[in-house]
Amino acid sequence: MSEWLERHIPKMVLAPSFAAILIFVYGFIGWTAWVSLTKSKLLPKYDIVGLFQYDRLFASPRWDTAIDNLFIFGFLFIVISMILGLLLAIMLDQKIRTEGALRTIFLYPMALSLIVTGTAWKWILNPGLGLEATVKGWGFESFTFDWLVNPDMAIYTVVIAGVWQASGFVMALFLAGLRSVDQEIIKAAQVDGIPTWRIYSAIIIPSMAPIFLSAFIVLAHLAIKSFDLVIALTGGGPGYATDLPATFMYTMAFSRGNIGQAASSAMVMMAVVFAIVVPYLYSELRAKNDG
Amino acid sequence: MTDDIHSTSQTNMIGKLALRWGLYILLCLFALYYLMPLFVMVTTSLKSLDEIRTGSLVALPRDVTFAAWGTAWSSACTGIQCEGLRPYFWNSVLLAVPAVLISTLIGAINGYVIAKWRFKGANLIFSLMLFGCFIPFQVVLLPMARMLGLMGMAGSITGLIFVHVVYGIGFTTLFFRNYYVTIPTELVKAAKVDGAGFFRILWEIFLPLSLPIIVVTIIWQFTQIWNDFLFGVSFSQAGTQPVTVALNNIVNSTTGVKEYNVDMASAIIAALPTLVVYVVAGKYFIRGLTAGSVKG
Repeated sequence: MSEWLERHIPKMVLAPSFAAILIFVYGFIGWTAWVSLTKSKLLPKYDIVGLFQYDRLFASPRWDTAIDNLFIFGFLFIVISMILGLLLAIMLDQKIRTEGALRTIFLYPMALSLIVTGTAWKWILNPGLGLEATVKGWGFESFTFDWLVNPDMAIYTVVIAGVWQASGFVMALFLAGLRSVDQEIIKAAQVDGIPTWRIYSAIIIPSMAPIFLSAFIVLAHLAIKSFDLVIALTGGGPGYATDLPATFMYTMAFSRGNIGQAASSAMVMMAVVFAIVVPYLYSELRAKNDG
Repeated sequence: MTDDIHSTSQTNMIGKLALRWGLYILLCLFALYYLMPLFVMVTTSLKSLDEIRTGSLVALPRDVTFAAWGTAWSSACTGIQCEGLRPYFWNSVLLAVPAVLISTLIGAINGYVIAKWRFKGANLIFSLMLFGCFIPFQVVLLPMARMLGLMGMAGSITGLIFVHVVYGIGFTTLFFRNYYVTIPTELVKAAKVDGAGFFRILWEIFLPLSLPIIVVTIIWQFTQIWNDFLFGVSFSQAGTQPVTVALNNIVNSTTGVKEYNVDMASAIIAALPTLVVYVVAGKYFIRGLTAGSVKG
């Protein structure tokens, strides 16, 4: 009996977590998927009617804006954070004496809540008293910087704040990558008189391909989930000019009481994450099992 | 001939020095860019409203006043209530401490099983857990709201603790699993030969070696849970809201005059716990951040 127990303890210990994941992750995804196929409004209904909610979703101009914004924000956020992060990492890699302090400064935004980040940038970018007023005060009377309240430009303020928050993290990733490149190869290249920028562009950066992929996955994931930052910075406005899928879903679920639209928009978000993360996780797990 | 060599090496030297200086200046400029929002937050919180309206965003306060901090802590309005951030700050503490400890403990045991007591299907379970870390939480918000209602935990701090534990164990398990696979399996085998069982090996061999990963996990979970907004705003009600939700309410409350200094003081108060953790234990914070994303 005790031998049986001893043999099965690992499974029994893992079972509650496994059950929790099955119910609260996979079961709940199933529930949301089911409800997204019904005509649920304020209360969930369970009679499947097909893709009615998705048809409505993709016909909605507000969802259109949210998807457009996700592409604009996601693209700029990922590209700028990567470039900035790589640049900072390469600069810090030049045997900088104050590296520790600078690293701390570049990375601290990552410890902040996005609500705090949004609040700070909302204040800095507000046209009346913020940056615009300050630059005007310096004598540049015609200077305008009203992106925060300009429906066409407001989404770019989300990019500014998002990059500020996440680029230090990308730097930390890249710096760890730069340090893990085989130093012998670099030394050999230096002895051969190859200029530093060539060493970076031809040897070091190509060898960091997996880290680029990791950074991309993490940033893309952050972009799709972005919710807090938009809520704190623009509240989705002006109007719904800075709505993202995450804020759209929340509005439908909790202020509009439209469960069907909330569920179908959540499923689309899920599909986007799936498309990006699953191939990555699959290859990671396979590499680990083979190795 | 020798002169030539001499002068090229000299221009080389000057060029290198200029490059070095340029590098430092550029790095300092970037440092200023990252520090600017924090600087503006702190200085704004120390100014009076009059000074904010007449002065410049980047100017140091002329008359330092802590009035805004007092308001932010104990009398700013988050809606109809005007009790400041204090009650919500404690909500966050009451929420974060148990949620962090429970999810870390569960992660440690799970990681130990998956790393060292492999059984058929363990890999599949781990993959399913790992994927659970990546789902957009929007996809579970609606059923979770109903489930919390069914379990009688709707709008309560207990309910929020439950949610954070459930969606935290994927990450905590990942952290401990990745750490424990580096501990040699021979150690487990030898202990088994000596007659030690599952829990004794965990208690006497693995836990004493686990301090670094416990610190990493606690810091990661604390930062995540303290900074959470989505679960907080979805599953709390007036009175049980965490500090991030209260901060957002203070900043966006429309009653009365807009008090920017109070907004900034509130933001700093809400940010302080995770900032302190970062400054004190930055090394472990970075390790947590990179643990999930760098191939190890």
